[in-house]
Amino acid sequence: MTPRRFLATLGPGVLWLVVFLVLPALIMLGYSLLTRTDLAQVGPPWTLESWGRVIGYDALFQEWTGDNLRVLWRSVWVAGISTALCVLMGYPLAFYIARQDARRRQLLLLLLIIPFWTNFLIRVYAWIILLRPFELVPSPMATLLGMVYAFLPFFVLPVYASVEKVNWSLSEAAQDLGATPARAFWSAVVPQTLPGLVAGVLLTFIPALGTFVVSDLLGGAKTALVGNLVQNQFGQAGDWPYGSALSFLLMGLVLLGLWVYARVAGRRGLEELV
Amino acid sequence: MTRTHPLLAAWAWLVYAFLYLPIVVLVVFSFNESRFGAEWTGFTTKWYGVLLGRADVRGALGHTLEVALLSTLVSTVLGTLTGLGLWRYTSRARAAVSTLLVLPIVIPDVVMGVMLLMFYAAVRAGLERAGWTFDNGFWTVLLAHVTFQISYVALTVRSRLSGYGPELEEAARDLGASAWQSFWRVVLPLAWPGVLAGALLAFTLSLDDFVVTYFTSGSGFQTLPVLIYTNVKRGVTPDINALSTLLILVTVVAILVANALLRPRGKG
Repeated sequence: MTPRRFLATLGPGVLWLVVFLVLPALIMLGYSLLTRTDLAQVGPPWTLESWGRVIGYDALFQEWTGDNLRVLWRSVWVAGISTALCVLMGYPLAFYIARQDARRRQLLLLLLIIPFWTNFLIRVYAWIILLRPFELVPSPMATLLGMVYAFLPFFVLPVYASVEKVNWSLSEAAQDLGATPARAFWSAVVPQTLPGLVAGVLLTFIPALGTFVVSDLLGGAKTALVGNLVQNQFGQAGDWPYGSALSFLLMGLVLLGLWVYARVAGRRGLEELV
Repeated sequence: MTRTHPLLAAWAWLVYAFLYLPIVVLVVFSFNESRFGAEWTGFTTKWYGVLLGRADVRGALGHTLEVALLSTLVSTVLGTLTGLGLWRYTSRARAAVSTLLVLPIVIPDVVMGVMLLMFYAAVRAGLERAGWTFDNGFWTVLLAHVTFQISYVALTVRSRLSGYGPELEEAARDLGASAWQSFWRVVLPLAWPGVLAGALLAFTLSLDDFVVTYFTSGSGFQTLPVLIYTNVKRGVTPDINALSTLLILVTVVAILVANALLRPRGKG
């Protein structure tokens, strides 16, 4: 292949992503090392202050208070619980759908796709309408409900894809050899669904960790997550250097999650995920 | 094969109830007479009238569609070319490009939004020195949307072509086709379902996007999700229930149409 044709196919897309993704990331890195001079303004001197705050120092970089680590811990915790609830609700559902006949399966999948394709904000807003009469908005519980609701279809669809491919004769063979149904399920079926399960967990955990919309609309100030902290730095607080450093933290966590997934599912799995 | 434990079935239907309860409540309340509070005070369609009379809603709808259509067009062309390149080249470049393409999908949207916000601010600062100026609005949102759409189109096109080898194109060349002819007559027809699927996905992503739009749109330019957000922040109003209900209706119709079109006809 000639370089000219290489440029003609991969070139424009790569160029676009370099300009609108790589370059902005570098600019963000620069901003995270600068000082806030005025509202949403940055300038010299170069400093590590923002990064210090990310790891729990106070705004003056004098004393370690752990403030930010508490928010971080809460974010991981909330995302973790939402993901666990998605597994609890969605894993059995995937099996139920996969074991129906073709017509019913089609219908059940359609019913799953409708909320999945419904505008994200509307799905979160619907919970305000539903929970408001019970005076549950804002509350941490509302945040959790909203997260599970918003991300459940992201979990079920990849899990369903791997449950559908399960070879059930392995489970029958295990039972013929004397395994209890529970044991056969655990040793012969669950491992076959592992790639889908891990993909589903990541597709739930990553957006749950990064979201600010759900906690912003349903959670109130006490349940602020890293996403809210980032949003606030680019809104009211107007502290772009700190917001930039926080964004890198969030990206680091996500890339860590993907690295773990790549270890479990291999490079192939990473390509299948997207 | 259809034998399932009754407990499993009960669980499944509970989950479906969970998925649909908020949507049903939202739709029902869009027909509620009462302006405040949650109690039912009577059936009305007046909120739909209120909604249609709102100039900001009509403006936001127009902006949403303009951005979605144009960004889909641009990202489909760029993404299709990228997808073809990924299919054609099996080299280290391909691995690097794959990684680059995965980034917009996995980076949290809030990070992508603020990254582009700062990028536009930096570009603006640079241009101002040269006497140029621009405001965030249609163009900044459009460029941002294309950035997250390219990956989805490219990966859809690539996976559509993954079953075919590059020898198809070589065969066309051996039979005397020019590079252009083999592209238009052989490669593109094969990739076409992937191109359409990618374009549909890109369009939906653009319609749905709130976060990236929120950070890149500036103050004078609203899309429907941004409008819903700012209205909800100010307090719940029944005309937003009506707007949401209409959007849900559009979603359901679109899915049913797509489903009917994609369903394989007949057997064998």
